[in-house]
Amino acid sequence: MAAQACANGIARLQGDFLSRSISARPSYQITTRKPIRFIETTNVSTAEQRRAAAQGASELSGADILIEALIRQRVECIFAYPGGASMPLHQALIRQEDRLRTILPRHEQGGGFAAQGYARSSGRVGVCMATSGPGATNLVTTLADAKLDSVPIVAITGQVPKQVIGTDAFQETPIVEVCRAVTKHHYLITEFHDIARVVKEAFYVARTGRPGPVLIDFPKNIQQMTLDAPPDYDPPMNLPGYHPEILQSQSEQISQVIAAIRRSPRPVLYVGGGCINSGASDALATLARRTGIPVTTTLMGLGAFPGNDPQSLGMLGMHGTVYSNYAVNEADLLLALGVRFDDRVTGKLEEFARHGKIVHVDIDASEIHKNKEAHIPIVADVGEVLEKVNAGLTDEDVPRIDEWQQQIAKWKDAHPLVYRDEETWISPQYAIRELARQTADRDTCIAVGVGQHQMWAAQHFPFGKPRRWMSSSGLGTMGFGLPAAMGAQAANPDALCLDIDGDGSLLMNLQELATLHCEKLPVKILLLNNQHLGMVMQWEDRFFEGRRAHTWLGPIDAPEASGSGDGQIGRTYPDFVSIAQGFSIEAAQVRERAEFSDALATMLACDGPYLLDCVCPYQEHVLPMIPSGHSVQDIITE
Amino acid sequence: MRHVLSALVVNQPGVLAQISGMLASRAFNIDSLAVGETENPEFSRVTFVVNGDDHVLDQVRKQLEKIVTVVKVLDFSNRNYVERDLMLVKVSTAEGKRSEIRELAEIFRGKIVDVSPGHLMIEISGQERKLESFIDLVRPFGILELVRTGRVALLRAEQDPGSSNDPGVGETTGDETE
Repeated sequence: MAAQACANGIARLQGDFLSRSISARPSYQITTRKPIRFIETTNVSTAEQRRAAAQGASELSGADILIEALIRQRVECIFAYPGGASMPLHQALIRQEDRLRTILPRHEQGGGFAAQGYARSSGRVGVCMATSGPGATNLVTTLADAKLDSVPIVAITGQVPKQVIGTDAFQETPIVEVCRAVTKHHYLITEFHDIARVVKEAFYVARTGRPGPVLIDFPKNIQQMTLDAPPDYDPPMNLPGYHPEILQSQSEQISQVIAAIRRSPRPVLYVGGGCINSGASDALATLARRTGIPVTTTLMGLGAFPGNDPQSLGMLGMHGTVYSNYAVNEADLLLALGVRFDDRVTGKLEEFARHGKIVHVDIDASEIHKNKEAHIPIVADVGEVLEKVNAGLTDEDVPRIDEWQQQIAKWKDAHPLVYRDEETWISPQYAIRELARQTADRDTCIAVGVGQHQMWAAQHFPFGKPRRWMSSSGLGTMGFGLPAAMGAQAANPDALCLDIDGDGSLLMNLQELATLHCEKLPVKILLLNNQHLGMVMQWEDRFFEGRRAHTWLGPIDAPEASGSGDGQIGRTYPDFVSIAQGFSIEAAQVRERAEFSDALATMLACDGPYLLDCVCPYQEHVLPMIPSGHSVQDIITE
Repeated sequence: MRHVLSALVVNQPGVLAQISGMLASRAFNIDSLAVGETENPEFSRVTFVVNGDDHVLDQVRKQLEKIVTVVKVLDFSNRNYVERDLMLVKVSTAEGKRSEIRELAEIFRGKIVDVSPGHLMIEISGQERKLESFIDLVRPFGILELVRTGRVALLRAEQDPGSSNDPGVGETTGDETE
């Protein structure tokens, strides 16, 4: 990072000169004054030769052991940004480049979110790496994000040498201290012989129980220590306080659930991310199809049950469908599976599902009774419980819920998801529906930023299977979409990976366009550009008399900055098409509805990365909406 | 309601920081906290006193158990246990009341551990109430300095009260008044 800052300084000094005359010169002439012939380069081209060269020079280093341990955890891809304290690790990575792909993001936060995209789309542990100090602190948001959404990632940070820890050394931060509250677990490696055990434990903790982020802080001097004999890569773990394997349901609990289903005339399945993490989608579909119970999912649960299935009620909660919220409100049995009764789902807690008996299944005991008292609490894996329920459910247990289904069908007819669809503009909901139409027969991963576009994607894109929807749901981190799509693409090279983004969110990790181009990741970006921070603007319109307070993203002297625009968006700012082209990424802007379909088809047919800047009206609100802390009675539909 | 929780944790750096950080960040109020190594140097025992209703207690216990380095959490409430605080207190003897203070210390089974022309230092252990009443009694003499540990507690053997409940050494039952 410091080297980079320094290089930036020099680049700034020379930038003017360079940009005018020799803009295409290679970078090494910018960052060094040494004539090129004096720069030593090793002439080893393959990883195998590099390994041989390294082994000739020295024995296995701590860094080599950590990377080998990653490979033995079947890690195939790591997102790593180097710096002083992680250089030995990168040297070890380059020696293993034929066994482990290293992708260089352009910001550590991009690397962290890419690891999340990798994990969320594949179900495997995502891995990212950064140097000490600022590199490590740049990962913090991604760890907090992974904690709230239960995403298994292992983050490795370089640390200053052990002997100077605590002396405020250059690029030193106590990252374990900083991250305690936002990780599932964390390690500071203090002994050379702990490396293999720590890696093994970190992966085990990250992916078992309720998954989450694990941090490994690795001092540089231990990275550089060497060993003659290969270490034991499969040492016994030392986790006396961690036993996710004992969390199993009891047979009485299963009978209670079956009895509750049998007696219920108005049941609803309320399904969340836990269902996806436990791989329970098939078991869920079996139960739903056999009983006919309607299914509503949380934002994290989208894809756990096919979104276009007639039994699907779509998403519930603040921006959920009217009928899903009505159904939960009227239900006499709520089967809450892998969910945590988040405030964005429940609104006013006392009013939420107040007529119903609650069955709450979650692998994390602390979620049970946390926000809402459960009548039948089960601390266990959702998939395990569903399979046992399916096995125990007899034909007599299938409840008669025809009336309930008719009631729900009436609600669906009376209150469908609607939006203003006009010929004069590209409504964002239409854009998403058109995207769904054009990608219906492709394996499509969708990542999103945070805001209106995120909610519209959640409402209007029907996810057919799990692990195809990536959204920063708990933490709500803007800038999540582009790097997450990038990570999904790395994990699913044959899938169509898309980032549906807003202009505010996209700008927050825009540097990752460089990663798309340089690492050959053909991510497509559908930018719903309304020149505003749309979700905040919507709240201004609803709750602050429409007073604009820093939600316009154009120049401050434009009338829109004070909310007095004429509703037309003229020239957009920034010029995303030029920016993308500057990153060597194909791009186009589309403003007319008549042209949108073709423009989208052009993007989807492109082999490489592509940005489609779609200018949308800023007058649109995400509806329906239950204001924060209110109940379903207060639902706003227009 | 007041609860005494006892957590067995892995004895390594940062565990206490994590526990106290978790309690603070989730706004749980801790009246007292004591920590020390157990008979097995790999583990420490942390004893907490928490005030709150059953819902709060349930969350505190579950959030503690979620921490990877926390092995086991026990809630001693409604169970038969012994709890103790330890206090060191320096009382002024400036007004020539040394013997009076000594007498009080004896009544409370305190020990005099340091003497100077101007003060006595008394070591005293017991339940919170006992320590509080001792403080009240010596306050008029002038308390120069005072330090107290957090609460420590252990469960009594449950099934065989005869053998271990009252070994006749030091203080006796958990709900004694003394």
